[in-house]
Amino acid sequence: MNNAAEKKLALSHLWVAFAAFIVACFMGEYQVLERSGLFPSLESPTVYFASVSTHGVLMAFVLTTFFIMGFGYYIASTSLKQPVWNKPLAWGGFWLALIGVVLAALPLLSGKASVLYTFYPPIVAHAAFYIGATLLVVGSWVWCLIMLVMFTQWKKANPGQNVPLAMFATAANALLWLWASAGVALEVLFQLIPFSLGWIDTIDPGLAKTLFAWTLHPIVYFWLIPTYTAFYVFVPKQAGGFLFSDEMARLAFVVLVVFALPIGFHHLYMDPEQAKGWKLLHGIGTFVVALPTLVTGFTVIASLEIAGRLRGGKGLFGWIGTLPWTNPMVLAVILALLMLIFGGFGGIVNASYAMNAMIHNTAWVPGHFHLIFAGTTVIMYLAIAYYLWPILVGKPLFSNSMALVQLWTWFIGMSVLTTPWHVLGLLGQPRRISTVVYNNLLTLSWKPYELMMILGGLILLGSACLFIYNLVKTQLTPLVGEFTAEIEYAEPIHAVGVLPEYLNDLKLWNKVIAVLMAISFGYPILQFFFMKTFGSSVWGY
Amino acid sequence: MQTDALKAKSAQLYRDLLTQLSAIHIDHLERKWIAISILIITLLVGIITIDALFHGINPPSKVETIDSASLHLSKEFAEENLGVQTDDNGNIVVRMVAGRYSFFPKHIDVPAETPITFRWVSMDVLHGVHIPMTNMSTMIVPGYVAEITTSFPKPGEYPLLCNEYCGLGHNHMWSNISVIEKEQWTAKQNAPASAPKGGSANE
Repeated sequence: MNNAAEKKLALSHLWVAFAAFIVACFMGEYQVLERSGLFPSLESPTVYFASVSTHGVLMAFVLTTFFIMGFGYYIASTSLKQPVWNKPLAWGGFWLALIGVVLAALPLLSGKASVLYTFYPPIVAHAAFYIGATLLVVGSWVWCLIMLVMFTQWKKANPGQNVPLAMFATAANALLWLWASAGVALEVLFQLIPFSLGWIDTIDPGLAKTLFAWTLHPIVYFWLIPTYTAFYVFVPKQAGGFLFSDEMARLAFVVLVVFALPIGFHHLYMDPEQAKGWKLLHGIGTFVVALPTLVTGFTVIASLEIAGRLRGGKGLFGWIGTLPWTNPMVLAVILALLMLIFGGFGGIVNASYAMNAMIHNTAWVPGHFHLIFAGTTVIMYLAIAYYLWPILVGKPLFSNSMALVQLWTWFIGMSVLTTPWHVLGLLGQPRRISTVVYNNLLTLSWKPYELMMILGGLILLGSACLFIYNLVKTQLTPLVGEFTAEIEYAEPIHAVGVLPEYLNDLKLWNKVIAVLMAISFGYPILQFFFMKTFGSSVWGY
Repeated sequence: MQTDALKAKSAQLYRDLLTQLSAIHIDHLERKWIAISILIITLLVGIITIDALFHGINPPSKVETIDSASLHLSKEFAEENLGVQTDDNGNIVVRMVAGRYSFFPKHIDVPAETPITFRWVSMDVLHGVHIPMTNMSTMIVPGYVAEITTSFPKPGEYPLLCNEYCGLGHNHMWSNISVIEKEQWTAKQNAPASAPKGGSANE
């Protein structure tokens, strides 16, 4: 298939994503060093919080959004075997998002937007930060539109046929993101931008936090879905086997998308502006969304077992040894699942009312999301990059063994970084502090863990540099001889018959989401307009 | 009859759903795993729900608004009313104001093993407060009163730390709380020469 234009589109998005990633990795290591207090000359809250804000925005919003867009375009064109619909529009979305990133980067890097990536008002950043972030989101909406149009067009052209699983997951993610981003879009457009420009004098921080919580949970599933997509559509094939169940994969994506949305209040458990009944409702939904992850774990491990046994593995655990551990994708999935088990355990603590009180806003929280996002999610982004780069640039991967070393060190670094981070949280260290100045004996117990975090960050930084080096070398090394590689999707072990419409379309689920969102966010948002509230005026930082 | 038609329609919908569900292939091992997963989730949700509904274990969720810009004019959070107070029913209420970069009053004494109701307000931006090793944790959102009732089983000196980014001086935002034996605390309260009821703001 001649899809050079699609390859260029995907590659451009992925390079922006990984450029943001490597810059943010350097900032991460600076932050652990600064925070440790070992280097007094480094200490500066101004630089520290500018750095933390930029690190968060680059990793959580730029790396993810650009990766998801590039990955989605390529998945759509290869799984549906048709060109990306309206490529000029796709490029328009790319440039809009990129201009947004640059616009937001200016105040971030100059210390005019040290409001962290959660930007909770009434602390206010320079308006360019919010406008830039908005352009990034609007660019991603262009991507959502293209994905959904391609999904619908393909269905129309192929009646009675099943949409390929990879595309079903990608379109589901586009639907998820349109719903998810609406919350923060409302907050930014009606509260933060007018507030930062001085058009309105006061805003309600309670309403702002509620709207942000709307986005805050499903956004992590927006980031996670490409990882799960790779689990289902790449890993079984790379391991030399078959996908255990295509139907369960679709069901998992549906439950993930539907239940990721109406549960954001677990971020507001400790907040005074929402009542306990709503928190309990969202808390129960939070546990429901663990179900598709448990199912995914089962399907992926079962698919790996099929592969291991096909490769001659015997006995209860013998198949693990026969897996191709030297395939970056297979190695990455094993490491990702290991981190997911521990991260998931931590997540259950966070989701539980009583236990949450002990760890809320402590160092445990960044420890948790680094393990599950920078660990499980991002290690699969890296593995996907190793898989796609040779296909996209038409040259073999520069070094497979370097890729393996890189993935192992990413896993080891993440373990060394996040284990002490969790412990610090249990020992009461608050998150988001630039140095420890509390005159209290308790802080003595924090020291060794902070030192360990420096080491973890250093391993991760080295690992990230290896990753970028490998990609650059792959692209720049001149091609000797011929090389062709095409993307290969895993086949299910049981052929799939004609799927019922609810597993082959998203219209029904869109309606279900609308109902669930109205139930779980309707009153909690409307209450701010019914009760007597007092707005806050603008504060600097 | 209308109801019969409705009944027939819903029965048909139900049958359709069942046929659709049985149309997809689910491996028997997968069925078992899903059953186990649902059981685990039900157990966890059950514990939390029962605790919330019957044991009153809930996060701070009293939706009560206040004008953060004029706290000093409010009766409740005027400076002389801050700190530890015992109300007419003998309940201990602690009123605290969070502002960049401290909690006021700077130091308070509370009795151990006694239910204490904290009422927190912010005079500027978003703050959070946590007493490490305890479940005294709440966000303090400007415009709202954060109320939380808890008790401290172990006497000792605890720091009281701000745990939400509130500006460049965030890590300087902390104060102290002494949890002292119940009897000792009562004796101290009754002694005429002890610190004023509201605690001291200049420690």
